[in-house]
Amino acid sequence: MGKPNDLVQGTLDLLILRTVAPEPMHGWAIAKRIQQISHEVLQVQQGSLYPALHRLEQQGWIRAKWAESETGRQAKFYALTAAGKKQLEEETANWNRLSAAIDLVIAGA
Amino acid sequence: MRWAEKMRMRLQMLMHRGREAKRLEAELQDHLEHQIAENLAAGMGAEEARQAALRSFGNPTLLREQARESWSWNWMEALVRDARIGTRTLLRTPGFALTAILVMALGIGANVALFTLVRSVLLRPLPFENQNQLVEVFEARSDGSYQDNIVAGGSFARWREQSKSFSSLAIKKWIEYDLAGAGNQLPEVVGAEMASWNMLPLLGVKPALGRFFTAAEDQPGANATVVLTWGLWKRRYGGDPGIVGRTVLIDAKAYTVVGILPAWFRWPDAKVQLWTPLYHERSPKLMQMFDAHNFDVVGRLRPGVTIAQAGGELNAVQREIRREHPNGPVSDAVNLRPLVDAETYEVKTGLYALLGATLCLLLIACLNIANLLVARAASRSKETAIRTALGGSRIRLIREQVTESTLLSCASGLLGLVFADGLVRWLISTREDIPRADAIHMDGVVMLFALAAIAGCGLLAGLIPALTSRDTKVLTALQEQGRSHSGGRGRARLRQTLLALEVGLTVVLLIGAGLLLRSYQQLRSVNMGFATHNVLTMRMNLPKGSYSTDAQRVSFFEQLLERVRAVPGIAGAGLTTNIPGEGRDWDDVFTIHEHPPLPQGQVLDALTRFVDPGYFAAMEIPVLEGQGLDASDRLSAADAVVVNQELVKEDFPNEDPIGRHIDGDVNFPGKSLRIVGVVGNTRDDLAHDPWPVIYYPLYSGQRGVSLVVRTRGPAAMFALPVQKVIASLDRNLPVAHVLTMEQVIGESTVDARFDATLLLAFAVLSLLLAMVGLFGVLSFLVAQRTTEIGVRIALGSPRDRIVRLMLGDGLRPALWGLVLGLAASVGVTRLITSLLFGTQPLDPMVFVVVSVTLLLVAAVACLLPAWRASRLDPIVALRSE
Repeated sequence: MGKPNDLVQGTLDLLILRTVAPEPMHGWAIAKRIQQISHEVLQVQQGSLYPALHRLEQQGWIRAKWAESETGRQAKFYALTAAGKKQLEEETANWNRLSAAIDLVIAGA
Repeated sequence: MRWAEKMRMRLQMLMHRGREAKRLEAELQDHLEHQIAENLAAGMGAEEARQAALRSFGNPTLLREQARESWSWNWMEALVRDARIGTRTLLRTPGFALTAILVMALGIGANVALFTLVRSVLLRPLPFENQNQLVEVFEARSDGSYQDNIVAGGSFARWREQSKSFSSLAIKKWIEYDLAGAGNQLPEVVGAEMASWNMLPLLGVKPALGRFFTAAEDQPGANATVVLTWGLWKRRYGGDPGIVGRTVLIDAKAYTVVGILPAWFRWPDAKVQLWTPLYHERSPKLMQMFDAHNFDVVGRLRPGVTIAQAGGELNAVQREIRREHPNGPVSDAVNLRPLVDAETYEVKTGLYALLGATLCLLLIACLNIANLLVARAASRSKETAIRTALGGSRIRLIREQVTESTLLSCASGLLGLVFADGLVRWLISTREDIPRADAIHMDGVVMLFALAAIAGCGLLAGLIPALTSRDTKVLTALQEQGRSHSGGRGRARLRQTLLALEVGLTVVLLIGAGLLLRSYQQLRSVNMGFATHNVLTMRMNLPKGSYSTDAQRVSFFEQLLERVRAVPGIAGAGLTTNIPGEGRDWDDVFTIHEHPPLPQGQVLDALTRFVDPGYFAAMEIPVLEGQGLDASDRLSAADAVVVNQELVKEDFPNEDPIGRHIDGDVNFPGKSLRIVGVVGNTRDDLAHDPWPVIYYPLYSGQRGVSLVVRTRGPAAMFALPVQKVIASLDRNLPVAHVLTMEQVIGESTVDARFDATLLLAFAVLSLLLAMVGLFGVLSFLVAQRTTEIGVRIALGSPRDRIVRLMLGDGLRPALWGLVLGLAASVGVTRLITSLLFGTQPLDPMVFVVVSVTLLLVAAVACLLPAWRASRLDPIVALRSE
């Protein structure tokens, strides 16, 4: 259940952007946080997470910094950029509109 | 902001690709360890925790690949990978790679060189501002009999007065001056232009030093002035700026140097070393005549005026002049050409023909390489099939093929550029008649052309085999490979088509070259009518200063001839104002005293020559009737002339010319000269029938003469002894143009020879390529059908039947190509009609010789593989399965 493939197209990007918005995080933590907040409903697989992170980085929405993680290794911490913040607002608005519309359809039927 | 961020990201991905890859690795490792730690915390054993983590992690390679795909520059990585594979494939077959590179380098090199020439000579603008306003004006005849006559001074004066289309109209004439030695410098003859004062300003040139002529200096009575070119100033006066304002001796008269031209200015060509004001140098009378055609006229159109408008206006002016002067050689029309065009229209067709030929050659080279690549693709079709079966995409395979051919064409391009550089140098040194040869060099546009040629070659050679490989039917390909008896029929057909195209192009080239060669041969075999072997010529100008009277000049000529004839080994010596074979360079109108006046508008015209009495004997021009000139025809007593056969034929039909009189008002005003003899015709232009000539006595007094010396033994050996004789008479007299007669004539055939040899070289090259192609295709076919041939032989097929079978396979494309080429030639050769002499575009001999040659060459190329097929040992052939 909750496989990323089942997520609406582009939703993973929104989840990642939202997750790193308060503070920089590394890959593992992002996956864990999404899992926790969604009450274990959404499980992000590595196979989707890392390509998505790299894609967002190439787009300039998040920026990576190297720092020591709690395991004592050098890890890549992703933080939201200004452009990313704008993108997050846009995508959130989109999502809200979409989910509200879906709710309406379901309730009306 | 966002854009800058993206750029920064891209740059980082480009510069630190290796580091990024390591970081990705570390990032994934970190994730894995987190998972293990979590598993441990959940109470698993160490090994179990690790295994579970790895399991949930999935395929790490795939993960890495997927992450990398999101990076920028991934396409470049793929390109590098393809290039590496391509290089490796090529290095595995160095023979093939080298052949292909050489073949294509030849093609690209020849194309780049010819393009450089065409661009520099025909396409690149002159270095003048608003050069599209610059036109050259010629006199012409409204019936179209000639279009590009040089202009009479009177006509020019009237144009300048009446036309409104030009912001400026200027006039000039080429001349040679004696520049006297200062100190111990030797005297020399320098080429120069006499021009009206407004010529240089009209072009938009600014002096590098000093100034140009003023209108007042461009008058008969003014002080003599001169402008030096940069080259002469540097060479002869050491670049001394103090020369401006000083005087130099030109034709033994003092000229004040007023200015120096800038270094870049080399117009009309590099031979022009100084400029003088025309109206100061020439008599006002000459500048008012309408029938003495002497000058080049250049004009700058007013902004917004078209050539057609200006032409219409000048035509009206010239028509009016003709109406006023219905007699004499006065033109009734004008012809305007853009200045660039006017200088180059003579070499244009030849250059474009050569460029066309090199393009053909390049196409042939590409087809040949495509052909070789098809063969390689065929031998690799099993590999391709397996890769396709394993999921290799078709695009990927095509990309690999094109990368491979692009690698080839890049290497060829580099080599070709080196080759082109050499070729351009050679072309310039061989073709002295190319205008503005000094401006020819490879520039950015030429490099772009080279790049386009390289890209085009790579694509063409790679796409043909790639697109036609029908390996979508994997199973068939795999099965076909198993049994080699009928394999790759489709490929063989493709190769045969390519070959037919190649042969067709070759035929066109061969026919073009054949026609030009035949023209050249016709030119060379023309009977000139005078001694051409072992004849030495040189030119001298007696300065007005030291030889001011006719008597002084005549006495110099007599002494010179006497001493030269005394030199051992010299069979004859003569003097003439114009060397035969140099072209139509001096003609005048005349009337025959005894004949009734001609109808209005008609004139008699003949070439004018002044010769000494011994000239006909020296040049072996036969005196056919009467006698030659006599030493007593001198100075004011000169009243005899000799005419040539052509003049008799044209002007004295059924009449004995001896004893008739010629009224040559131009050279002997008011005098009638008696015709004392008739001599044989001489050809003054190789490509033209002899013109009528009148030989006047040189001893009436002339300044510029050429000495012609017939020698026993190689003429060039006598240059120094003869020059010493001249120096012993007058050590300050400069001698110019020391040439053998072969060189003089050769200069007028150099175009024809050049175009013919070069085109022939291209044609032979492409014939060679076609031969290699034929050989390759047939060898390939034989190899493919080894089993089949083995079976045939084993079943008792006679060997000569096998030869016939294989020959037929090889010759079929050649025959198709021949038919194609012959058909194309019929159309194409029309384009070079203007280059031909003594032959027509459809010369049957050339067509037959080319067809026979091509078939012979094709047969030779096919014979070896066919013969080899017939020698096959059936046992070995069948066992080779």
